[in-house]
Amino acid sequence: MIPYIIRRLLWVIPVILGVSSLVFFFIHLIPGDPVELMLGESAEPADKAALREELGLNKPILQQYTQFLWRLAQGNLGRSLHTHKPVLQSILARYPATLELTFAALCIAVIIAIPVGVMAATRQYSWLDNGSMFLALLGVSMPNFWLGPMFIILFSINLGWFPVSGRGGWNHLILPAITLGMAMAAILTRMTRSSVLEVIHEDYIRTARAKGLRESVVIFKHALRNALIPVITLIGLQFGALLSGAVITETIFAWPGIGRLTIEAINKRDYPLVQGCVLVIALSYVLVNLFTDLIYSLVDPRIRYEK
Amino acid sequence: MKNRLARIGLFIISLLVFTAIFAPFLAPYDPTDQKMEEGLNPPSPEHPFGQDRLGRDILSRIIYGSRISLGVGIVTVGVSLTFGLLIGSVAGYYGGLVDQLFMRIIDILQAFPGILLAISIIAILGPSLNHVILALCLIGWVGYARIVRGQVLFLREYEYVVAAKALGAGASRIILHHIVPNLLAPVIVQATFGMAGAILAEAGLSFLGLGAQPPTPSWGSMLNEGRQFLLVAPHLTTFPGLAIMIVVLGFNFLGDGLRDMLDVKSAD
Repeated sequence: MIPYIIRRLLWVIPVILGVSSLVFFFIHLIPGDPVELMLGESAEPADKAALREELGLNKPILQQYTQFLWRLAQGNLGRSLHTHKPVLQSILARYPATLELTFAALCIAVIIAIPVGVMAATRQYSWLDNGSMFLALLGVSMPNFWLGPMFIILFSINLGWFPVSGRGGWNHLILPAITLGMAMAAILTRMTRSSVLEVIHEDYIRTARAKGLRESVVIFKHALRNALIPVITLIGLQFGALLSGAVITETIFAWPGIGRLTIEAINKRDYPLVQGCVLVIALSYVLVNLFTDLIYSLVDPRIRYEK
Repeated sequence: MKNRLARIGLFIISLLVFTAIFAPFLAPYDPTDQKMEEGLNPPSPEHPFGQDRLGRDILSRIIYGSRISLGVGIVTVGVSLTFGLLIGSVAGYYGGLVDQLFMRIIDILQAFPGILLAISIIAILGPSLNHVILALCLIGWVGYARIVRGQVLFLREYEYVVAAKALGAGASRIILHHIVPNLLAPVIVQATFGMAGAILAEAGLSFLGLGAQPPTPSWGSMLNEGRQFLLVAPHLTTFPGLAIMIVVLGFNFLGDGLRDMLDVKSAD
């Protein structure tokens, strides 16, 4: 177990380095002069020179790169061009809102997907199975940037049940969380169904039934425990999709999270802030994947012994 | 059930292709024709889907928008598939350092959630439909390369490949004539889902204002414009969204059906 954890932890280092390098080179891939693009063509030469100095763009690229990595290691992501606040401070102010939204979406997805997936599998080819699989495909196909506005029209404007936008109490959270979690619920339902279907034909399930155990015990105690292993992995992998999906959902519901901050930064051409947001979301994704892999190796010992 | 859904999917896709090709004959109005005095008019017999802020006919814009969605899907999947096939087969066939190098690049690219990488690329290059296609291709090839590499690793050990090698066939001949034809099933399934993903991604990016720019009638940018009038003119948002959902559903139905028909497990 320990060698696997060490190997997996060590593997994260080059990935993080690669992700950071890619984010560093973003600013150098901008066609034309990035400083002119940020400040506008009519900016004073002195202002341009000051920004070039602040961003370190007047130094050799290798020096800029090493400085970027060194600052990164110290948690320094630079300053926003508009607010002049440290980028990390702006991100940390918004990050809890994104985490709140993604966790709520994740909970909604799991609460819907696991019971529906199990029911569909245990009643294979019934109307319940066909109906839930059709709804799952519909859920995957429904764009969240359409579902969100539809929810606003129905539940906020027509019925007045939930606020249209913003962050506040639980009632602010419901619509954005359902919007964000819907596609994940659909994917998890399909995965749970196929995973339970695979397991319920195993010998140990037949043995459990032969012992005279109640069907609910067979399904929930014996089958589901093993069937959930790939589902857990998928939840981890989908968490990253939720983080990036939050960019759209936060824009629709004016949710003050890191996704909306990214879009605001892009619109204002605030590149240090864009770099910081992209880096933080990508690193969160890498760490969630790492955590998922480690949990997976705990619940399924075969993983540790694979090369 | 699956076969029936696949047939429905194929029907939806055929309808999309037909609409895109014959858009000038099917659209009742010019999609850019403005009638300011009729702005935000609700659906009526003359304009079944209503009119937008500038009085343009929403049905005509949706019909022309099918060209953008289909075009983005075909180009993105075509380019991503070509590069994925090339890189995946070279990495899988040669193995060793070449394989390691490509796999590490893939690992790093996959460390980014897809849409975030696309947003970052567009943030650098500036909002436009061409940049959306470029961004989607840059992230799209990775999935195909992974599948192809896995299949090549498996297929290269088969007797008929070993026999071709023993007969003196070159690497390119073995890859093109013996390996690629046998790995097409999972790739076709992935490409079908890829079309759905590309159409959804283009619409999402255009919704964020990063894709097609006005007055191009893209379904995503129509949704973005409609968002501002959600309270007074919900029809601006409803119909383009329905169009996206139906088309994406069509590709997902077909992909699911093909996966079952071709008995593909690795495409998941």
